[in-house]
Amino acid sequence: METNTSFSWKEFVKAGLLGGAVAVLLSLVGMVAAFSGRYIVSGVFTMGQVLFIAPILLSTYAALRRNRQLTNSNLFMAGLLSGLVGSAILALLVLIGSMVNLRAMLINASPELYGILTFGRGTGLGIVILLGLGLLIGAAAAGFLLLPDRIRHALTQAIIWVLLIGLLRDLIVTVSFRWGPLSSIVRQLFAVSGLTIIGALILFLLVGGVSYWRWGRPKRDAAESFNQQRPAARWLTIGITGLILLFLPLILGTFFSEILDNVSMYILMGLGLNIVVGFAGLLDLGYVAFFAIGAYTIGILTSPELGIATMSWWEALPFALLASFLAGFVLGLPVLKMRGDYLAIVTLGFGEIVRLLVLSDWLRPWLGGSQGIQRIAQPSIGPLVLNTQQELYYLFLIGLGLVAFIAWRLKDSRLGRSWMALREDEDVAMAMGINHVSTKLLAFATGALFSGLAGAIFAAKLTSVYPHSMNFLVSINVLSLIIIGGMGSIPGVFIGALVLIAAPDLLREFAEFRYLVYGALLVVMMLTRPEGLWPEKRRQLELHEEEPAVVPAAD
Amino acid sequence: MLRNWTQRVTLTDIIVWALGILILIGVIWGSIVTLNTGKYSTSTWIDLTITGLALGGVYALIALGYTLVYGILRMINFAHSEVFMSGPFTATFAAQALIALGWWNTYPILSLVIVMLVSAAVSASIAILLERIAYRPLRHAPRLVPLITAIGASFFLQYTFRGLYGSGLKPFPDMEIFSGFWLIGTVRIFKTQAVAILGAFIMMLVLYTIVQRTKIGKAMRSVSEDKEVAALMGINVDRVITTTFALGGISAGIAGILYLLLFPVAHFFMGFFPGLKAFTAAVLGGIGNVPGAFLGAMVLGLLESVGPSLFLDGLGIPAPNQLKDAIAFTILVFILIFRPSGLLGERLTQAKA
Amino acid sequence: MFKRSYALLALLVIAGMALAACGPAASAFECTDALGCVTVGPGEPIHLAYAMVISGADETLGVDSRNGVEVAISQKGQVLGHDIQLTGEDEGCSAEGGQAAGTKLAADPTIVAVFGTSCSSAARVAVPLLSQAGFAIISASNTAPDLTEAGNENNHPGYLRTAHNDEIQGAAAAQFAFEELGVTQAATIHDGSLYAEKLQEVFATTFEEMGGTITTTEAVDPNGTDFKGALTSIAATEPEFIYMPIFVNAGSLITRQAKEVPGLEEVRLMGADGMFSPDLVEGAGDAVEGLFLSSPDLASFGPEYQSTFLPKYEEMFGTEPISVFHAHGYDAANMVFAAIEQVAVQDPDGTLHIPRQALRDALYATKDFKGLTGNLTCTPTGDCADPKIAVYESHPGQFPPDRIWP
Repeated sequence: METNTSFSWKEFVKAGLLGGAVAVLLSLVGMVAAFSGRYIVSGVFTMGQVLFIAPILLSTYAALRRNRQLTNSNLFMAGLLSGLVGSAILALLVLIGSMVNLRAMLINASPELYGILTFGRGTGLGIVILLGLGLLIGAAAAGFLLLPDRIRHALTQAIIWVLLIGLLRDLIVTVSFRWGPLSSIVRQLFAVSGLTIIGALILFLLVGGVSYWRWGRPKRDAAESFNQQRPAARWLTIGITGLILLFLPLILGTFFSEILDNVSMYILMGLGLNIVVGFAGLLDLGYVAFFAIGAYTIGILTSPELGIATMSWWEALPFALLASFLAGFVLGLPVLKMRGDYLAIVTLGFGEIVRLLVLSDWLRPWLGGSQGIQRIAQPSIGPLVLNTQQELYYLFLIGLGLVAFIAWRLKDSRLGRSWMALREDEDVAMAMGINHVSTKLLAFATGALFSGLAGAIFAAKLTSVYPHSMNFLVSINVLSLIIIGGMGSIPGVFIGALVLIAAPDLLREFAEFRYLVYGALLVVMMLTRPEGLWPEKRRQLELHEEEPAVVPAAD
Repeated sequence: MLRNWTQRVTLTDIIVWALGILILIGVIWGSIVTLNTGKYSTSTWIDLTITGLALGGVYALIALGYTLVYGILRMINFAHSEVFMSGPFTATFAAQALIALGWWNTYPILSLVIVMLVSAAVSASIAILLERIAYRPLRHAPRLVPLITAIGASFFLQYTFRGLYGSGLKPFPDMEIFSGFWLIGTVRIFKTQAVAILGAFIMMLVLYTIVQRTKIGKAMRSVSEDKEVAALMGINVDRVITTTFALGGISAGIAGILYLLLFPVAHFFMGFFPGLKAFTAAVLGGIGNVPGAFLGAMVLGLLESVGPSLFLDGLGIPAPNQLKDAIAFTILVFILIFRPSGLLGERLTQAKA
Repeated sequence: MFKRSYALLALLVIAGMALAACGPAASAFECTDALGCVTVGPGEPIHLAYAMVISGADETLGVDSRNGVEVAISQKGQVLGHDIQLTGEDEGCSAEGGQAAGTKLAADPTIVAVFGTSCSSAARVAVPLLSQAGFAIISASNTAPDLTEAGNENNHPGYLRTAHNDEIQGAAAAQFAFEELGVTQAATIHDGSLYAEKLQEVFATTFEEMGGTITTTEAVDPNGTDFKGALTSIAATEPEFIYMPIFVNAGSLITRQAKEVPGLEEVRLMGADGMFSPDLVEGAGDAVEGLFLSSPDLASFGPEYQSTFLPKYEEMFGTEPISVFHAHGYDAANMVFAAIEQVAVQDPDGTLHIPRQALRDALYATKDFKGLTGNLTCTPTGDCADPKIAVYESHPGQFPPDRIWP
């Protein structure tokens, strides 16, 4: 500990313990077993194995990286120690499991799990293998660290891509059915589960090679490079992106169009909530209410089921927008004086009230009650009824373009600046002559309007609405995506929606663990990038201005 | 904080007051009509009141944890509902083990203490881990960032426990000493209800005493006032915050056991909805205020229990109990219109002149 | 970033072409089926999928049915020498979840049949998509009548179910209450789910047609904990009988709390198959005594469920069944296996051809199929559940309860 040559073994034991604990947790929540049939490379290794090896490897590697100054032999020693401790934790689980029936409490501590952890070699030999594997992991982590940067980078890239492509096998194969002759080629690379060995090798060498070759070129942040482009170039980027967006559903088919539709719907809502929370700084936890009002207005006015009116979707749309806009005002009034968390709970209550009313037996003759409203009209353009996911995608795209444009113009308008002034300091803003009443109400109402539009398209997409779709989780999702994207940032909403809505949809394998992964993702992202993925410039400045002023906590 | 617009009455004020009065008229009108029908006897009303208070007791026990953390850190610990779930969910296994040992009904008090210890230990560890991993690194980030990690942690914990213990229901065994009721006149008070109300009251007193009278409480109050100054005064802010989370966790763990005595079914989702209610109760009472959380929870419990029958039944609304949360939230808006920072105002420390 | 991906793609394509040259030769089988055939190569598994709710508040419903399907797959081992692969999507017990799951599954032409959905709201949106894709769809827990009603726009070709149509079960419950128990004053409770709401509605209609009176209809929050308010409202209308076709969680709490509400101590309660679970018996404790439950008639196959199915389930999932539609899922899977075995054409090299329309026809033609939930016979619109409904009386600590009617 005193000299540079010896090392603090405690830190590496800790790293091993941490990695081992995560591996045990992943085993006991059932992920390891659930993915044990899921090959990454067919016949070679499974996602289940990745799940219990990776935590130990990563934790060991991270600890080693923090101690790069150690001599090579000490690095190896440290790696071996950490890896051994990590695998020993897993071995302990197997050992205890073989003596006591843990399953009475922990339902996933099954013989199947022990079989996976011991590579099917029984408790005794299996534990030896497991410990050996731990040593191997440690050595690998240390060896990896000692590689030249360029090779290490290429290897990392190659491994990540092989894992990702292997994991997304079902998705790629499914989509490839649309690609005609390409389809059979793509499918050659994949086995029934995961990549074939040859496919994996090709991919590995390819990605590794490309990444090795590209090493050393300047890397730029996507957000920054976009902001640094000259106006003409920026428009070009936007134009090309627009063109790609236009043809996307044709290339990718219904499967992806469905995901794109969902993402677009959440972006619409995100842009709206971004005005309320991001621009004006009003925490709204009941945002789903306006979505519900938009969707239900369309339902009531177009469905022949209730016998109230049978308008076309386009005729009903203005009413839906008006209804949600007014609802924004109505909610805005009583909460004018409330701040922070009082506002949050009242808006949450508002969302619940709307859900309960549409669910209630009381209003059933007018709102459909728990049976919802079916046979909702879908929009038509001339003789063409927009009813497939691809066609509706264009409707979303138009709505999105419109709303994004409005949001973008609003941001730098007088109103937008008033919102931000209120967000920063309400009292000062009012002293500067900003009418906080109309400013706040307009924020709520505009946000509500966008959400109402999303609801209206949602109703058309499903041709039915149910109270169960209008739950609190929708509000939470929208709030999370705007904060993950970067609060107050319009591109951030797009990025946030892609990460939080599209990614879980793509990882079909994770369906059962969706919320587990989603929760972990939220925590990790906020810890690593509290300002969001594509932060608003002004806000990023603030955050970094603040930092040096912070007084470190006494210890 | 003086603002010039509060000094003159504006149109919005009138509208908001009109809204409040409208709610009040609706409530009074509904109550009069219901009482006139004579559908429910006096003893029914008393029963409903006791039920409401018992439910309020449960909400209070959870709300205390919310409020404690809020008072110190000014953050909504959204994952507190999962802290509340983790302990009792685990404790059901301890209860089963005690039954297997034959202790459950032979040494009921000892068993209850053991179960509570298990529950409090698990909940407190989860709360401490939560603070360490998800909140501490973000102490200086914008306010909404820890809210999102809290939401993330909440999902993560729910589904971790689902993975560990499964998604089925875990029954909590009945305890003979708490079965049955006391008859006071014509009023029946179930022993479990009495335990919930008393338990919440005692817990409130204990936490209030800790915050107001002990040394650590003093430290907590000063951290709540100003973290930086507290640190300069030689207070170990990290330790105080950890202690606060531990206290919140312990109270949630004990609350969970009392909850299970009343509603003896545990599952991984059991924290979510009571947690939302408790959060509401804490805000209603004035978030950050320990007696306020108790009062808010009692009011909320009463509203949910008595509200639908009293306000809606007489108006001929079918299935009024379906709307009990709608009533509760409407009244919440009503109260917050006239008392924008809750029934008792928001302060962990005593109100200063 | 973009450039690299394009280069990657191009190289992949070239590499793939090289590989494609040595692909398998075309088979001699000619598919004449109206909906086309699924070809399963030698050594490849038969691809079945599920669209059930496996996350969120309602997940026990879907996870349990899926577990039932997995038990069936594990017991079956292979169908015609091919393994069975089960993949799936979460339908979230909602219309939008149903649409997402339906769209995604419909895009995969290797799927032969889909088990699902769990919830009727999801079914209304997902089934048309899956039907369009040519799959056979069997739900283990949809109960909404419109899904199998001839001529209804929510009834689609290829859709079948092993769960009971609400019409049958609700009517049977009303008959039991009015004729067997002789009660004339009944109240109903639902939890705002499509299932409970429809079931109580059918019960109420039938009960009133027979001459009974519905004193009141209450609704509760399925995630609530305190139901005494609702029960007190019901008590004020003085019913002799309460029909509450809800789910286990709220059901067990209501069963307990009803005993504590003055005026309801002696009122008989009755639930439906959504509460037919050991968890209810444990959750409700002693209060479960005398609770009636309607469920498929277990009399003919009880032993097999206890002796074979349950141990296997517990071995695979480490827990007792967590909800009530696992046996329905198990039966659905076995029906599909039987139908595949019946219609599939096998090449000498082991390649399997499964004609889609023929598979559907075979499923619709299912007759007297011995399942865990009774003798299954499918109607032309896809109702396969054994129409015999029995009523059971619960006692503390006992599952399954005693069959008392008919």
